[in-house]
Amino acid sequence: MTLTPALQETVEAFQSVAERDRLQLLLEFADELPALPERYAEHPDLLERVAECQSPVYLFVEVDDGVHVHATAPEEAPTTRGFASILAQGLEGASVDEALAVPADMPRLLGLDRVVSPLRLRGMAGMLGRIQRQVRARA
Amino acid sequence: MPESEPRFAEYAAPDRLVSTEWVAQHLDDPDVVIVESDEDVLLYEVGHIPGAVKVDWHTELNDPVLRDYVSPEAFARLLGEKGIGRDTTVVFYGDKANWWATYALWVFALYGHDRTRIMDGGRDKWIAEGRELTREPAARPTVDYPVVERDDATLRAFRDDVLAHLGKPLVDVRSPEEYSGERTTAPAYPEEGALRAGHIPTAASVPWGRAVNEDGTFRSRAELEAIYLDGAGLRDADDVVAYCRIGERSSHTWFVLQHLLGLPRVRNYDGSWTEWGSLVGVPIAVGAEPGEVPAR
Repeated sequence: MTLTPALQETVEAFQSVAERDRLQLLLEFADELPALPERYAEHPDLLERVAECQSPVYLFVEVDDGVHVHATAPEEAPTTRGFASILAQGLEGASVDEALAVPADMPRLLGLDRVVSPLRLRGMAGMLGRIQRQVRARA
Repeated sequence: MPESEPRFAEYAAPDRLVSTEWVAQHLDDPDVVIVESDEDVLLYEVGHIPGAVKVDWHTELNDPVLRDYVSPEAFARLLGEKGIGRDTTVVFYGDKANWWATYALWVFALYGHDRTRIMDGGRDKWIAEGRELTREPAARPTVDYPVVERDDATLRAFRDDVLAHLGKPLVDVRSPEEYSGERTTAPAYPEEGALRAGHIPTAASVPWGRAVNEDGTFRSRAELEAIYLDGAGLRDADDVVAYCRIGERSSHTWFVLQHLLGLPRVRNYDGSWTEWGSLVGVPIAVGAEPGEVPAR
């Protein structure tokens, strides 16, 4: 079980700052979540709802030369957007094996238990699980 | 103490509500602290009312280990750090039609912090009116807040209180699907936390969101009376318990019954369905009907 280099970098970035600054970092990720590519924006049926999350978040995984995660969540759900953005950026271009090697408890490595709460992190673990299932299905 | 605004005069406690205009005019009032409480822990950081501080229901009001609210010492420390004194007027607002704002207000009330208001319409109304938001965290000087014992008897009900209460008015404020027993959590929310689905026998079903208009403001007193006093049969109720899943949505209804309609005694059962639906041996009803008080 190993992290992709990009996820490793993200985990280190979270670990290197004080607990309360981690929320700020999460906000930066939330701000960076790219809009859905048009081909998915027009086809909501292709997107899978992440039922583990409180907020409506939908995602879709493409696999060609590498893995590409597309996700969308409402502006008023920045925590969910931040989680989706971390995973989308951290898995971008990874190989199928690399994406599947990410451990299921990866969200806990961010050190957000106390500032975000384990309950909310469960949503991110759900997101990762669904991404990996789609990777497996499309590999 | 804020004067009450004429538009709220029809409610039982008019000074429990303030308008967005009132808040805009009191941003620099040293006796007022604006508090944002949201479901999403990061929403405040996205942008909030200038000068507002954040109180998170999950990480700050709940004890991290014990299933309970924080200790009186921790509450005093929290408020002191937020710059809230015992005499400060606190105006809560938040997302989802003030769902979490009323929860925070109710928790503050357990500690006897009584100078509390809700900004009618909440975060969404403030934004819809194009009012200023900032990402600048509010820096308020730390103050001394006294350690005050929590009063768990007046506004809060525990499971044994609810068992003893069966036969008196109960309001279930969850969705119809949760009430009937199709689900244990709100539609579109993750399934979690209860082994049985259904409702507490005899509880009337009044989903919390019926109390608000589309813009998140509270309905008029006449409309609220029609919903709760006539619809749910609370006209002569002198002792009401409201519950939901963990006590958050029912705080919203508690606020309506206690402060807008002025019922004499209203308690919130915060153990709610995540406790009742997992308790061994307590009676449960399923389906759309309230059900009967079980013979004892």
